[in-house]
Amino acid sequence: MSTTKIGVLALQGAVREHIQHIDALEASGIAIKWPNELKEVAGLIIPGGESTTIGKLMVEYGFIEAIRDFHATGKPIYGTCAGMILLAKKITEGDQPLLSLMDIEARRNAFGRQRESFEAELDIKDVGHRFKAVFIRAPWIENVSKNVKIMAEFGNIKVMARQGNLLASAFHPELTGDLRIHKYFLGMVKEA
Amino acid sequence: MVETGTLRVKTGLAEMLKGGVIMDVTTPDQAKIAEEAGAVAVMALERVPADIRAAGGIARMADPTVIERIMSAVTIPVMAKARIGHFVEAQILEALGVDYIDESEVLTPADEEHHINKWDFKVPFVCGCRDLGEALRRISEGAAMIRTKGEPGTGNIVEAVRHMRAVNQGIAWLKGLSNEELFAAAKDLQAPYELVKWVHDNGRLPVVNFSAGGVATPADAALMMQLGADGIFVGSGIFKSSDPAKRARAIVLATTHYNDPELLAKVSKDLGEPMPGIEISQIPEAELMQERGW
Repeated sequence: MSTTKIGVLALQGAVREHIQHIDALEASGIAIKWPNELKEVAGLIIPGGESTTIGKLMVEYGFIEAIRDFHATGKPIYGTCAGMILLAKKITEGDQPLLSLMDIEARRNAFGRQRESFEAELDIKDVGHRFKAVFIRAPWIENVSKNVKIMAEFGNIKVMARQGNLLASAFHPELTGDLRIHKYFLGMVKEA
Repeated sequence: MVETGTLRVKTGLAEMLKGGVIMDVTTPDQAKIAEEAGAVAVMALERVPADIRAAGGIARMADPTVIERIMSAVTIPVMAKARIGHFVEAQILEALGVDYIDESEVLTPADEEHHINKWDFKVPFVCGCRDLGEALRRISEGAAMIRTKGEPGTGNIVEAVRHMRAVNQGIAWLKGLSNEELFAAAKDLQAPYELVKWVHDNGRLPVVNFSAGGVATPADAALMMQLGADGIFVGSGIFKSSDPAKRARAIVLATTHYNDPELLAKVSKDLGEPMPGIEISQIPEAELMQERGW
């Protein structure tokens, strides 16, 4: 069996950490810098970074249409933090380029500025208990449609969700040594 | 349990800035131009380094009003500078809610022996360095991000290159040492053994390292990225040029695709006049900003 290849959108942000997590699971993480490189991978991770920066660069290089096409072929996509914002149908405030694929509304910087950034343990449906989640100037999820499954909440705030082959988390599993979410995503890719 | 201000949260924000450009701005309008161009963060200042250099005298933390106006103008992270060793300026910046503090040699140092004890703060710090030892000393004081110093406000990339190469050479040298040799290396570097050992084992700095001090063109930004920078600070280079919006955008694009000469050629076209530069040998030694910090 050949190794599963997972792309990590490499326009800006925490690319290296996602690739290391994928590689640690005996799959192959590949930095994606141009849209034509998407055809080489079976799944895509949109990493954390600045969503305004990544969004503008996605428009500049034709990634908006390319990733929508990638999604249309049924290949899974996972967005963390900025990546979750980019997957959302809409954001509560402001105007910026979005993929608008997932039926969630995201609020940017919802928890506040950097001094409000935090770590907490979460129980995640289908993934496991006591997952150390790192929230950095993080967004949260508001107003989801019925076909979106909420996988994790912090208090009563929605912070992780799945809709079909789309996965989104407001926090950064790539900043800890815990591979369970990446393993779960790899499972989605193998089933797709 | 919820924990704020942890090292992982502090270094984590720097990880999210990787591959991006952080721009010096002095007004809300400039901050919006930077955000629109795709900056990952802005540095809120009263004056850019070139003007600080020209004005002379004592350079201090910016007026909080200037910083607050910039914070409310953009949604990307806002950084601000405190003087080296001036922990009260840092307390004020933390109270204002800035996202990162730059303990910066661009301002006049407040303490000629001690840097700020950055472990005392929940807000993360970035500090300048000229070589590996200086980088590790700042990290041991709690810096969650490093930038090579270059020579600020000159539009001359030569010092930025020197400092990035020095850090890289230091890391390559450490990697080649045996475990027994690391104790003497720590002494030479004037840095804690644990950090020296970490760099030896991992072959990189434990925190993100950006390049600063002299970037004026997209080619300069790509040069620093090819030399191993995780991202770019541009100080005077954007708003001292003739077409800041266009140049800012070009530097962002060059930082993403730093290994693509055809793209670099395209984005380098028709940018207007860059900032006027200064030859380093024309600066009196006492006015070199990179010499500040110990």
